[in-house]
Amino acid sequence: MFKTAEGEEIFIIDGHTHLWDGSKENQKNIHGGQFIDCFYGYHTALSPKEYVWPKEKFDKYGAETMYNDLFVEGYDDMAIFQPTYLKDFYVNGFNTTEQNAVLKEKYPDRFILNGAWDPRDGEAGIEALHELVEKYKIQGVKLYTAEWKGASKGWKLTDEWAQRYMAECVKLGVKNIHVHKGPTILPLNRDAFDVADIDDAATSFPELNFIVEHCGLPRLDDFCWIAVQEPNVYGGLAVALPFIHSRPDYFNQVISELLFWLGPDRLLYGSDYAIWSPKWMVEKFMAHELPDTIKKDKGVDLDLDAKRKILGLNAAKLYGIDVPAHKAKLSGTAPARAEEQTMAQVAEVLGD
Amino acid sequence: MTVHVTPGDPRAAEVWASLASVTDPELDESVTELRFVTQVEVDAEDRVHIGFRLPTYWCAANFAFLMADDMRVAVSSLPWVRQVLVDLRDHMYSDTINEGLAKGRSFKSTFSDEAANEDLDDLRRTFRIKAFQRRQEAVVRYLLDRDWTVQAILDLDCTHLATLAIDDAEAARQRDRYLEIRREFGGPGDMAFTTAQGEPIDPRNFAEYLSLLRRVRINTEFNGHLCRGLLQARYGDPAPDGEPTLADFIAGRVATQVAKSNTGGNDGCRK
Repeated sequence: MFKTAEGEEIFIIDGHTHLWDGSKENQKNIHGGQFIDCFYGYHTALSPKEYVWPKEKFDKYGAETMYNDLFVEGYDDMAIFQPTYLKDFYVNGFNTTEQNAVLKEKYPDRFILNGAWDPRDGEAGIEALHELVEKYKIQGVKLYTAEWKGASKGWKLTDEWAQRYMAECVKLGVKNIHVHKGPTILPLNRDAFDVADIDDAATSFPELNFIVEHCGLPRLDDFCWIAVQEPNVYGGLAVALPFIHSRPDYFNQVISELLFWLGPDRLLYGSDYAIWSPKWMVEKFMAHELPDTIKKDKGVDLDLDAKRKILGLNAAKLYGIDVPAHKAKLSGTAPARAEEQTMAQVAEVLGD
Repeated sequence: MTVHVTPGDPRAAEVWASLASVTDPELDESVTELRFVTQVEVDAEDRVHIGFRLPTYWCAANFAFLMADDMRVAVSSLPWVRQVLVDLRDHMYSDTINEGLAKGRSFKSTFSDEAANEDLDDLRRTFRIKAFQRRQEAVVRYLLDRDWTVQAILDLDCTHLATLAIDDAEAARQRDRYLEIRREFGGPGDMAFTTAQGEPIDPRNFAEYLSLLRRVRINTEFNGHLCRGLLQARYGDPAPDGEPTLADFIAGRVATQVAKSNTGGNDGCRK
């Protein structure tokens, strides 16, 4: 929960979080090591210095650290788990629905648990999807079209089996399809990031919502072009958002394009935790103002109303969260933030 | 890894200079400016050894191959060079790419994999177009900021643009880079600004055209910012701002150490 200076409480759903295990013990091979190293590169390159973790902590930070960073230190009210299996690189997988479910069980009102599927798993994968729905009541999946599987180095939403899985999602009510379309994930070539297959899928399955994680960057132009034509296409801001700290002018250009093409109703905040911490990102986002020249040029604004939608209301709509009811539910269990701060101040005074 | 130079061998400087003309296709910036090249050595048989690295282990293999190949071609054009050996390090396809290059294979035959059925020349062309658009946008933006009207900008010819008094060093560099790539594009005549297809730009759609160029720039900058940050995080380089760079070396100054020694298993960790 973020409180504005005027005392308004902004309800926040973090659209993109992970509980991963990238530790050496879990790495199957050099790829596993390099994968978490690459994430750490993102973390150190774009985080404010005081938020940079030591590498050991980053490799495996654990459930309670996550809870604390999102909901106690950070302003998230809820968070969506986006699993990343990567079983070719990690013994138990990198960040699976099963691992994430541990936290979901402990804090059911805090987390939205998503599943995943891979069309190359054929019939067995369809069955596994049914099990996920039965066991965890999932409403969404995270898809990784560039994931390796044996000799295959990726797949497309236009593949025949992918179509079957999406049809199954319609039947099962798994209506939120999060697709990773962003930078640096094991591509042999750039095609792995191509956003064109989203266009086809969004047209074929109007009952589903397609949330394009990372807004297709560095293919923002293609993504915007598709999103304008397909009302069921959304943009996830993970990876675009951290630029707000190190390159605010650049962030202004990206967010103003997105506001111009998609408007404030189809953008979702995501921290990509633990790559970045929601605490600083939400603070900076809430404090952020677009320059007048951009407002005038593009005819867009990142006003409080847009911020409310991006930070929580849009995701609440997609996942059927009744915000006032949920706020009330959480206030019973919410950590006393004021008290936390006082403790921190006390510690500071004592020189701890 | 340090930059190895045969002391007093002016040929190393020639190699650096020719490498400076090779760009990362996606970023449209020189591979030496980007600090991708870490090592140049000339051996007793006039063979050139080039060591290079990329921001991540996962950087797209087609781009890695393309850059390495461009380096080989650029350096091979020096008259005294007998052979160029490019060594890509710390990349998931290091061995495959290095072997493919050494044997003079194409990207396709190096990756005889279903995912590699692409033609690098098509890729080159795609990114050349983006480079053209990006460079053009920088010049047009400069002129607009100096209160040039759209019509005056569209009326400019190359000759005038080349001799235009530009007070800002970076803007002048952008202008020169644009004119350089303008030769590859552009239709008949001497018009300074055409579309990438060589068509005149319609002043009535100028705003729309400009916003297309802007989006190209946003994508390229996204890559640029990320790549720099990731490279720095991975190799613990000093931030390039205000630090001596390889360009200092090319200008005949003392070579600087550009990377910490990297002993095998690089954990990308900065202490």
